[in-house]
Amino acid sequence: MLFYKLYKDADGRKVGFVQGNEACVEAALLAGMRFFAGYPITPSSEIAAVSAEKLPMLGGRFIQMEDEISSMGAIIGGSMTGKKTMTATSGPGFSLKQENLGYAIINEVPCVIVNVQRGGPSTGLPTQIAQADVMQARWGTHGDHPIIAISPASVSQVVTSTIRAFNLAEKYRTPVILLMDETLGHMREKIVLPREDEIELIDRKQTEDTPEEFKPFATKHGDVPLFAPYGKGYRYNITGLIHDEAGFPTTKTDEVVSLLDRLHSKINDNLDDIVEVCEFQTEDADTLLVSFGSATRSCISAMEKGRAEGKKIGVLQLLTVWPFAEKQIVKLTEKIKNVFVVEMNMGQIIGEVSRCSHRDAVVTGINKYNGIYITPQEILEKVKESR
Amino acid sequence: MKNLYEVRLSGSGGQGLITAGMIMGEAASVFDGKFAVQTQSYGPEARGGACKAELIISEKEVAYPKPVDADILLALSQQAYDQYKDDVKEDGVIIVDSSLVKYEKGKGVYPIPITQLAIDKVGLKVTANVVALGVISSLTGVVSYEALERALLSRIPPGTEEINKKALALGKTLEFKDNI
Repeated sequence: MLFYKLYKDADGRKVGFVQGNEACVEAALLAGMRFFAGYPITPSSEIAAVSAEKLPMLGGRFIQMEDEISSMGAIIGGSMTGKKTMTATSGPGFSLKQENLGYAIINEVPCVIVNVQRGGPSTGLPTQIAQADVMQARWGTHGDHPIIAISPASVSQVVTSTIRAFNLAEKYRTPVILLMDETLGHMREKIVLPREDEIELIDRKQTEDTPEEFKPFATKHGDVPLFAPYGKGYRYNITGLIHDEAGFPTTKTDEVVSLLDRLHSKINDNLDDIVEVCEFQTEDADTLLVSFGSATRSCISAMEKGRAEGKKIGVLQLLTVWPFAEKQIVKLTEKIKNVFVVEMNMGQIIGEVSRCSHRDAVVTGINKYNGIYITPQEILEKVKESR
Repeated sequence: MKNLYEVRLSGSGGQGLITAGMIMGEAASVFDGKFAVQTQSYGPEARGGACKAELIISEKEVAYPKPVDADILLALSQQAYDQYKDDVKEDGVIIVDSSLVKYEKGKGVYPIPITQLAIDKVGLKVTANVVALGVISSLTGVVSYEALERALLSRIPPGTEEINKKALALGKTLEFKDNI
């Protein structure tokens, strides 16, 4: 059963007043998701529920797995047949997905993992907000690896970010994490879904080689290997072990280094395409609030209140949390020296901001981690205190 | 009319407050062309626990999504009234279900026996949330009656259209007096 309704506006776009979680599924379907495997968990359960309802109508498949480990395995398998796949979870389930997340990274399997963050560690605060999985998104799975994580702040941004997550996953053949949070997942706002002719969709590039000449990790076309779907006559091996271009395990030092270097360079050489930030009134600002996800909204209200009192505050939203917006932080802190990092955790992304900030910049954390959404007043008080 | 309304719909689980919040937000944003954000909180119980739906309805985009002091407070239970009656703006209104809640009379406090009206005039107790929406629209104008009716009719079970319309329309027939 669906708890929202979409209407058509005068321009033929679907509009509705929907939750962040519901908007995520609508956007995923627009982006081409045709397989979802998951294990429902608060506060992400609506994503599984709506996927179960809607996917069959589009010829897609939904499966509720026995746990999060198998859910992650299922979307990897689904993706290897050529479908666009997604799973959704929250902190405890995200922990369980980490091993297979690494498997998806090393085998360059496009897929989207939604983490609607709640308080932790462990089962923590099931119904309450936190943004404490930022570092888990970056380093939760072991070994040197790149990752892309996107963190929207509004239900409209959930739509654009979800479509973007699928596009980046396909373009770079990598898992992409959509880092939401409880407040955003359950918040309702109006969305206007783009028409199909208004969306640019990216599909992974397919090989033109014959099954006999095909190598699954060939680099002759660049850093992103061309894809051949399982089940169409291409027989090849994928493995969690370090592998050669044919997909077979190797310990040859040059092949080890070349795989690890390529996994990183396919992301790191394309930061201008991948890293997206939103700046609010930074032009004349002498104080910068850096944030991500729904905490950004409190920062914008704090900025508006502060500016009404004559304080020149600007806001930087890290829409792409990973890879980190190093270049943007370097540039902004050349002129703005008073920097606050607002996050609903005990201080995670602040380490990255400090690392990239100009040496004369003073970087201070504004943190809240009691399960309650941070208010603009709390941010402004901390800004005033530190002067 | 104000440019921004902070609205708190409060009571117990099972009174349909989240549904009322969804209908109100959809009416304001999809049909009245305003900006609206709705958030909610409730205890682990499905029924009987404290429950509230909160909205901000504004002429411009809303950043911070939660009300602080309300322009409009709807209180359908004693617990909700006691908890939220002080978090209302000076010029705000409190709509209190006088058939369920003991209240202090005052300026801007409108006692209306919402649940009793749903039983007596509509003939169905569970329409109290819809009666409340009609009352809010008629008294404050924060959201239009037409928009509410469109949003309401798209969210209710088939076959219940007439009784829901009747419940919503009740608000238009009432006289509102505060400080009584």
